[in-house]
Amino acid sequence: MGAEYQSPAALYEAAKRVRDAGFKRWDVHSPFPIHGMDDAMGLGKSWLSAAVLCGGITGFITAMTVEFGPSWFIYPLVVHGKPFDWRTVPAFFPIMFELTVLFSAFTAFFAMLIMNGLPRWYHPIFNWERFSRATDDGFFLVIEARDPRFTEMEAREVLEQTGGQHITLIHED
Amino acid sequence: MDASPTAPDVIAGEASASVERPLARVPLVLNKRNFTWITERISGVVEETAPRWWWVSFTFTSLIAAFGLFCLGYQISTGVGVWGLNHPVGWAWDITNFVFWIGIGHAGTLISAILFLLRQKWRTSINRSAEAMTLFAVICAAIFPGVHVGRVWMAWYLAPLPNNYGIWPNFRSPLLWDVFAVSTYFSVSVLFWYTGLIPDLATLRDRSTAKIKKFLFGIFAFGWRGSNRNWRHYEMAYLLLAGLATPLVLSVHSVVSFDFATSILPTWHTTIFPPYFVAGAIFGGFAMVLTLLIPARAIFKLQDVITAQHIDKMAKIILLTGSIVSYAYAMEFFVAWYSGNQYEKFAFFNRIFGPYWWYWWTGMLFCNALSPQLFWFKWCRHNIFVVYFVCMCVNAGMWFERFIIIVGGLHRDFLPSSWGLFIPTWVDIWTFVGTFGIFTSLFLLFIRYLPMIAMSEIKIVLPEADPHYGTPQQHHPVAAGGKERN
Repeated sequence: MGAEYQSPAALYEAAKRVRDAGFKRWDVHSPFPIHGMDDAMGLGKSWLSAAVLCGGITGFITAMTVEFGPSWFIYPLVVHGKPFDWRTVPAFFPIMFELTVLFSAFTAFFAMLIMNGLPRWYHPIFNWERFSRATDDGFFLVIEARDPRFTEMEAREVLEQTGGQHITLIHED
Repeated sequence: MDASPTAPDVIAGEASASVERPLARVPLVLNKRNFTWITERISGVVEETAPRWWWVSFTFTSLIAAFGLFCLGYQISTGVGVWGLNHPVGWAWDITNFVFWIGIGHAGTLISAILFLLRQKWRTSINRSAEAMTLFAVICAAIFPGVHVGRVWMAWYLAPLPNNYGIWPNFRSPLLWDVFAVSTYFSVSVLFWYTGLIPDLATLRDRSTAKIKKFLFGIFAFGWRGSNRNWRHYEMAYLLLAGLATPLVLSVHSVVSFDFATSILPTWHTTIFPPYFVAGAIFGGFAMVLTLLIPARAIFKLQDVITAQHIDKMAKIILLTGSIVSYAYAMEFFVAWYSGNQYEKFAFFNRIFGPYWWYWWTGMLFCNALSPQLFWFKWCRHNIFVVYFVCMCVNAGMWFERFIIIVGGLHRDFLPSSWGLFIPTWVDIWTFVGTFGIFTSLFLLFIRYLPMIAMSEIKIVLPEADPHYGTPQQHHPVAAGGKERN
């Protein structure tokens, strides 16, 4: 069940009320991220950073392998008189840095998509004709029927009390 | 850049919106435009039919691009002999153009990443097009090292793979670092740009009425629905990408400068090169951003979004980086004299009075060192024609600077018997002109088919985007400190 709000401020206040009412499966939709909304919804900090750290470490290890492997073990070759012992390590830093950044960035992008369940080209919410404004100037709050506390009465009541307009029951198909 | 009001004429209209703010600032979006206006205006550029001037300029630039590609084909099929470079000038326009284009890209990443981390909200109206410019500039840059190896089908030697003798590339060579740096830079820039595009592609998807457009925008928007549970991860990803791109952009031109600094040639063998190149890259890049945006904002009537304040701030960055570059020029001369090394001294004497003297006097001295000093004056920063003139000077000057460093360093080396000059051939010239065709064609396609301003980001800087907007009584510390994203 979805409702539309007039402004980010109204949506922000509504989110706090819905959170305090004890709903779990609900979401707000806005054309831009609203500052403080994570707290208003009772969400913690995104753990995407942990995935990116793993990606960065993988990149660093890849760089080490690709540099030390050939230069020290597979085909040691003295090029313009540079030694290939530990003294050569600073010359390996740029590629270590680049690959760490490269792998981290790819992880950040793809982990963001996976954690958001994207790409997902079909979603029941797109059946709501007002919802196309969620990427323009509309501010929406949607409580899912899967929510353990969900009853049509109660959801409608909380949405009405918080000033929601165009309260609509959105169907799966 | 300072955030204090710079355009007093626009403060008057702002007073009401900033009543609850402790410090009044010049609004980043003028005339109190609302969310709907932003969507309409920016999507409108993409949705209306292409104007005639677009077709005329696109035909013109793509013809130039096509001729540039023909020159590349001619060079690949015939050999590098069709270029004017020869002993002693083994690197000439190819590497000059490479450094020139890769430097231009840097401004885009600076705007999108560094200014994001520094919470400079004014970046939101220019970051999308600046990032697009970065990508196109890096594409143009990547052409030159690719083809200057001569036998391009051997370019796979650059990859970390053993060749047919089992020998691996030299991981201690700055040229190989360059391969990694530029390819990483391009990949990360694409990811960063695309991450920013996803919400805006969803906007275009929801607005488009034509079925095929809706389908295509829908595919590329990945089904984005502006959910806050998604925004949470999205904002973290964007922040991390900005954090990764920040050291990356500083490293790329540093690595490019290592190509020169690790050699033993006078004028190349200097430790000042990495910061000097990075400052120069940002300097030249901002000039190119303004070169593209000043006409675009006039044509598409975006003066309320890309305001005089934005141009003023970019002009100040040009002044800052231009002064750093001028300092580096001066320091090179001082060190050449102070080192007491006769080759260094000669090389710098030759830079001013040698056969390429006018490149230095016009390119480095007038265009790069003197012309940006006009931006000390507010009148100059607010006069579009002065700004455009300085940007054009800087665009040209930065190309001359790279030419002076590369060819100027090579044409008179240690042995006078091997001295020579570089004279470009028509293939040299048209390959370079062709990359301008590629660059402008890609940029024209970009402004036709994608939103040139980040709609989802610019909406955040409107006062009503604040969740505490309109409730002046309970003053929230977060809103007061201006700690919103961007």
